[in-house]
Amino acid sequence: MTTPSVTEQGQAGQPRPSLVPARLRKRLQQFLAFGGLIVVFAFFSIASPNFFNYGNVTSILLATVVIGTLALGTTFVIISGGIDLSVGTGMALCAVMAGTFITNLGMPVPLGVLLTVLFGGLIGLVNGLNVALLKVPPFIATLAMMLAAGGLALVISDSTPIYFSDTPGYVEISIGSIIPGADFPNSVLILAAIAIIAGVLLSRTILGRFAFSIGSNEEATALSGIKVRQWKIIIYTLAGLFTGIAGVMISSRLGSAQPGTGLGYELQAIAAVVIGGTSLSGGKGSIVGTLIGALIISVLNNGLQIMSIPQEWQNVILGCVIVLAVYADMARQRTA
Amino acid sequence: MPLDAQAPDSGRRALLEAWGVVKNFPGVKALQDMHLELRHGEVLALVGENGAGKSTLMKLLTGVYSPDEGQFLLHGEPLEVSGPRQALERGISIIHQEFNLVPDLTIAQNIFLGREPRYGGLLLREGELNARAQELIDSLQLPLDPRQVVGTLSVARQQMVEIAKALSFDAKVLIMDEPTAALNDAEVRVLHELIRRFVRPDTGVIYISHRLEELKAIADRITVIRDGRYIETLDTPTTTVQDVISRMVGRELAGDARPENVRDDRHVMLSVRGMSTKALLEDVGFDLMEGEILGFAGLMGAGRTEVARALVGADKMASGSVTLRGRPVHIASPADAAKHRIGYLSEDRKQLGLLVEQAVESNIGLSALQELFQTLGFVKDRAVRETAERYVGDLAIKTPSVALTTKNLSGGNQQKVVIAKWLVKDCDVLIFDEPTRGIDVGAKEEIYQLLNELARRGKSIIMISSELPEVLRLSHRVVVMSEGRVTGVLSAAEAGEENVMHLATMRFIGDR
Repeated sequence: MTTPSVTEQGQAGQPRPSLVPARLRKRLQQFLAFGGLIVVFAFFSIASPNFFNYGNVTSILLATVVIGTLALGTTFVIISGGIDLSVGTGMALCAVMAGTFITNLGMPVPLGVLLTVLFGGLIGLVNGLNVALLKVPPFIATLAMMLAAGGLALVISDSTPIYFSDTPGYVEISIGSIIPGADFPNSVLILAAIAIIAGVLLSRTILGRFAFSIGSNEEATALSGIKVRQWKIIIYTLAGLFTGIAGVMISSRLGSAQPGTGLGYELQAIAAVVIGGTSLSGGKGSIVGTLIGALIISVLNNGLQIMSIPQEWQNVILGCVIVLAVYADMARQRTA
Repeated sequence: MPLDAQAPDSGRRALLEAWGVVKNFPGVKALQDMHLELRHGEVLALVGENGAGKSTLMKLLTGVYSPDEGQFLLHGEPLEVSGPRQALERGISIIHQEFNLVPDLTIAQNIFLGREPRYGGLLLREGELNARAQELIDSLQLPLDPRQVVGTLSVARQQMVEIAKALSFDAKVLIMDEPTAALNDAEVRVLHELIRRFVRPDTGVIYISHRLEELKAIADRITVIRDGRYIETLDTPTTTVQDVISRMVGRELAGDARPENVRDDRHVMLSVRGMSTKALLEDVGFDLMEGEILGFAGLMGAGRTEVARALVGADKMASGSVTLRGRPVHIASPADAAKHRIGYLSEDRKQLGLLVEQAVESNIGLSALQELFQTLGFVKDRAVRETAERYVGDLAIKTPSVALTTKNLSGGNQQKVVIAKWLVKDCDVLIFDEPTRGIDVGAKEEIYQLLNELARRGKSIIMISSELPEVLRLSHRVVVMSEGRVTGVLSAAEAGEENVMHLATMRFIGDR
């Protein structure tokens, strides 16, 4: 990818052509989020001696896994101009399904994991059908799914946690380490792997291209002969698959499926996506940005905790950061 | 009855006058030396083709724009208004073709929106509101209940509410833009009755209409404007519809660049029969030949865009059949249309044609992405770029790079990007809806040449345009529509401004 330099604009009559080509600007956006991450990271490194060390950085990464996974799927939905509020409780439902498959039904771990991820896809498929075929606004459709999934998680589990004590291999998925000698959790590697897949899907495949097109201008995309409804269903289903993966990750890390958790994760995922420079109105965004956004959130949480700032204040600060990040992004677009 | 020039009060000035009004927009001379004279107690019709300057004139009168030169006089005194509100205060009310009513509020609430009677400036006096509305409704003898919700009313009754609202400002000048476009004959008669009741020695009405036949029934005089200029004002009793039409279109054609007829041995590419939609279209049928530019002429709301949208499956057809290359096809969505190699270039380029925030290459590659530019779902970026660059060269799209965001291109170049998108898709049928809207004069010429070149290469083109000279210049044949129906198909040799305009102003609703 080259970034063509524009030294001279075409003929007269072109209204104020931007001096920064699209590609360079996309990079700039990531620089901005990345710069924010560096600043926050450097701040805590100086402020607390307990922050910058292998153990703590590893635990920051581990804490990023669940939000990061959910945020990956949410990125696709938001770029296509939609929203997904169901990923939090959907994740809890998927965790309960993993417990049902593996602990209650005694399925082998790989099969249980596969079915859990597919179940997540099913949640997304229902969202997609509601949005694309029934034309229910995404906010409403996924709000309904948020409630339904949260309820189902409690119903199926009888409101009690399901433990994976019989299958030690399941816990290894998250906190085991396949890198010999290093104490580096697998789940971080898994996040890295699925982030690469998501990145390729978004920037290199027609799925990603159509997500941008639909988010940019749904009607024009439809009139260009693109099957918009079909692609929307696929995009929500994809977000559901990531929800399923997140359900596996969180339950294997905790060693149990907690049916009552999940609520609030969807907002953190959206926050990560937005901090990463993805526009809530669709058509703009990137996977790298989302990862940086998720990292900023977990670095903040971790650093503030190390500095003994109470949990309540952490949320206040996170709120401020979100406004700051989005404002900075808008200011950049105005000047660009 | 027009006021007699020798009437005793002829010494005073006309109610509303415009003198030497000029309004320019970048690249467009919207009005040049415009003149208008509305006498006391008369209904003055204002007629002109699409783009003649009627709406610009209205926007000047209501203060949406201010004139570059010239002035308006109200009762002989200079009139300067800075916005619609001020125009209302000076006694000028306008009723737009699209109503400005809040559908969820009642008739009374709509009429006094923003001027509700209140206790202490805060608490609404609903009873007083309804009483005042009733008073107004009674004075106009309207069959309305002030408590009724506007959204539940028929179009004709909503228009009555608009009129009542306009008159509640104590209007002296009432301007009506296409008031009968959506009314049937009985409703038109009621409207005309209402207008006559409104006209008193100290008021006047400017009545804008395309329906030339009905001007006889309502207008005292008819002012014709053309290409932003005042042409002539005719006294209705001594004027025929033909007189009006000839003055409306009386411009010389640009050169003799008339297209030839398509040769008879060409195949029929596309044929449409019995196309109807719930909203407007009624039994529309036409054939499109290979390598032909088929022009669609008609006035606003005639149904030309609706034909295009129904044809590509963007709107639902209630009935009708489409045959493509001799085979019946069913087109339920724009995706189906694209599959059959029919491309639609919308009149609303920015909203419906382009992804303005995306790169030029993304737009050019969009329609054919799935078909040409992917393997196993992976986008062949380099192929997209090379193709985009080729078309940028071919169509002479002025852009420094195919990676440039499309919104930075000029209107003409944006249009070429949309054309490139469909050429990449290898469309045989291209439907251009207002291909030169918002494009400056020089770039228009380029688009014309491009259309001719595409037709020579065997593409079949449907060209919808509100600019009659454009239709006549490019089209091998012209389909004329009025009120959702095809009123005539003319060959290039037959098609002239007058007979096209005559077919375009035919009325159906309510009669025959």
